[in-house]
Amino acid sequence: MTNRSYSETGGPDAQFRAYLEAGRFMIQRSRSTGRHVFYPRVAEPGTGAMDLEWVEASGKGTVHASTVVRMRPPTPSYNVALVDLDEGPRMMSRVDGVPPEEVKAGMTVRAHIIWEDDQPLVIFRPA
Amino acid sequence: MSGTFPRARTSIVGVATFGTGRAAGYEATELAALSCMAALKDAGLSLPDVDALFFSHAVDAWGGTTLAQYLGLSPRVVESSRLGGSAFQSYVEHAAYLLDAGLINVALIAYGSNQATASGKLPRTMLPFPYEAAYKPLNPVSAYALAADRYRTLYGLKREQLGEVALAARRWAQLNPDAAKRDPLTMDDYLAARMVSDPLSVLDCCLVTDGGGAIVMTRADRARDLGPPRSTFLGPPLAPPITISRPCRTSR
Repeated sequence: MTNRSYSETGGPDAQFRAYLEAGRFMIQRSRSTGRHVFYPRVAEPGTGAMDLEWVEASGKGTVHASTVVRMRPPTPSYNVALVDLDEGPRMMSRVDGVPPEEVKAGMTVRAHIIWEDDQPLVIFRPA
Repeated sequence: MSGTFPRARTSIVGVATFGTGRAAGYEATELAALSCMAALKDAGLSLPDVDALFFSHAVDAWGGTTLAQYLGLSPRVVESSRLGGSAFQSYVEHAAYLLDAGLINVALIAYGSNQATASGKLPRTMLPFPYEAAYKPLNPVSAYALAADRYRTLYGLKREQLGEVALAARRWAQLNPDAAKRDPLTMDDYLAARMVSDPLSVLDCCLVTDGGGAIVMTRADRARDLGPPRSTFLGPPLAPPITISRPCRTSR
């Protein structure tokens, strides 16, 4: 078993997180197929291409689906959405900056990195 | 592929449930075991006849071997695959192939849960998925809510249409003396229900209940010796489990 591609930072999850902590939203792209990958993987899903490299996400996306998690007042209800990045991958996130009910499929959004519960997090705001 | 399924060659010969709704003081394994004993009795078979066990336990990763030891079985096949709610259809399909191949003769498929009286909530069986957990979706209801929203985008969706499902389920429950909720449900009740994750309300969600269930399967020719079978399998009960799984939600 080879350790040729072993990284001291760790696997793709750890590498993603290290970039995020440094304020960068990075996603993977296969050198051979050109397709982008998120969430981080060791190989491109489906093809198994192992030549993934990290590239800066444009941050642009479109809401694919949205829901509002309803909490008992006074706790605020909040948005959970699936966002299609312009590069192709779909991710879960939320859209801030508008009332949660107003987030709709088709809305164009832009990624931002925020810190929440001591963790960096990618969220979106209307573009 | 349905072309290779051993059509009409396997049968359910025994069925039972125990403790449906509320079974305070019973553990999940006990509920499953009681259901197994009742299903075997229904089949006219006994524990020594069983040579395959299919079971998973919400919070015991080794559930299949635990139940095998509990029942005093040394099965040729033990399966504890976890596919969520469709696990049991998967077990039935696998049992059918194994029975037809002659590798096993009597399959016992079982489940038990005390989630209602133990905690009142769905059990935590999974690690949080880091690319979703931070956004605090309610699991699994928010996943279904997102699918419903996508359906709405593609086809349109009125809450009344969702409500018809809840009303139909309640009408079926009214026919079942063991059902947990049997009071009448109207569309007004449905539309007034508390929202959980839009567009789904409490009345779109499964109840959290206790209960155990078991079925016994044999080959169809043996089933005939045991009296009329409960049902005979013509085709596999399961489509590939892709519809709501994570890969389908977060990639395309």
